[in-house]
Amino acid sequence: MPAKIKPAQGSPYARVLGVGGYRPTRVVPNEEILKHIESSDEWIRSRSGIATRHWAGPDETVTEMTLHAAGKAIADAGLAPEQVDAVIISTVSHFKQTPSVATEIAHRLGTGKAAAFDISAACAGFGYGLTIAKGLVVEGSARYVLVVGVERLSDLTDLTDRSTAFLFGDGAGAVIVGPSQEPAIGPTVWGSEGDKHETITQTLPWDVYRDGGRPEKYPAIRQEGQTVFRWAVFEMAKVAQEALEVAGISAEDLDVFIPHQANMRIIDSMVKTLKLPEHVTVARDVETTGNTSAASIPLAMERLLATGQARSGDTALVIGFGAGLVYAATVVTLP
Amino acid sequence: MAATQEEIVKGLAEIVNEIAGIPEEDVQLDKSFTDDLDVDSLSMVEVVVAAEERFDVKIPDDDVKTLKTVGDAVTYIAEHQG
Repeated sequence: MPAKIKPAQGSPYARVLGVGGYRPTRVVPNEEILKHIESSDEWIRSRSGIATRHWAGPDETVTEMTLHAAGKAIADAGLAPEQVDAVIISTVSHFKQTPSVATEIAHRLGTGKAAAFDISAACAGFGYGLTIAKGLVVEGSARYVLVVGVERLSDLTDLTDRSTAFLFGDGAGAVIVGPSQEPAIGPTVWGSEGDKHETITQTLPWDVYRDGGRPEKYPAIRQEGQTVFRWAVFEMAKVAQEALEVAGISAEDLDVFIPHQANMRIIDSMVKTLKLPEHVTVARDVETTGNTSAASIPLAMERLLATGQARSGDTALVIGFGAGLVYAATVVTLP
Repeated sequence: MAATQEEIVKGLAEIVNEIAGIPEEDVQLDKSFTDDLDVDSLSMVEVVVAAEERFDVKIPDDDVKTLKTVGDAVTYIAEHQG
């Protein structure tokens, strides 16, 4: 008979305890995008709902933006950095792959020797990170987990691609997940559809440079707009609905809807397809933030709380979806 | 039972009205979705998905690009409906 292994002592449930965000100081209006593409402010707004986005300057690196957002989330949770014992960073736009961003963040925040790693799940990265964090807290391998979505998508934007040049923004959004005596994060409905991996993709792999290639254009994110729109609106509405059902929540019970801020048209169509009641506050941060991939949900969450459009204790449906294709949806109690 | 051409036109007119706010009577066979009815590429996706449900037909993205006019869509639906 094998020796008996003592399990960790976890918490019965987990909850989001604090949130923080960082938006780069430079605001980029559509007029600036129009220097590079044949389009118009009206066209960009009608197709995406985006009026402005933030683009990071040289000093607003993935690491620096993360430190700002994470510091705010830790303070919002009423914790000291040394209480954080795991750090999960979701990003697709940090160009130095080894070591992870997370280790430097854990160190510079002053967490001590927190476990630290990066994940790659594009625009579903926040939901993936949240799910891992919840598991760690409930299982007992960590008590307080920092989850950050951070992107500098301006570095992966082809300014001459008129279908994507206006879409992307930069920023960081962070939450702290910790123990709870009551359920405050629902089951996650998540998955991947790798048969559609080419529908949103980086145009070239980095090793094209190692192999002597001198491509005309730097690698950028390209997507098949109509295909992605169809999938996002109609397939993701089903996933969002399922996340409500498995959490035992009806649309009437819901206070807030925070979908990934990809495009206002997707958000509007999802709201319509889900038949959300009038009283549900819908995050529309994309208008002034653009699509910030993994950062979009926590950034929108922070802004809704900061502006009083949502309140602590509200019940929110969050759903992320993007390149992979991947998705993750769950219901959370707002911090 | 398969819908008649007349029923398909009427159904499409209702869908286009619901999604793009275009009066139903403006949705005629010779009208271009983009040029005449102001249905942009994203609204077209919504029209297609609504038409798929209503007429029990699958319209893959590659085929959506070939549907320039209301007549194109009516013909496609008539030929492919279940």
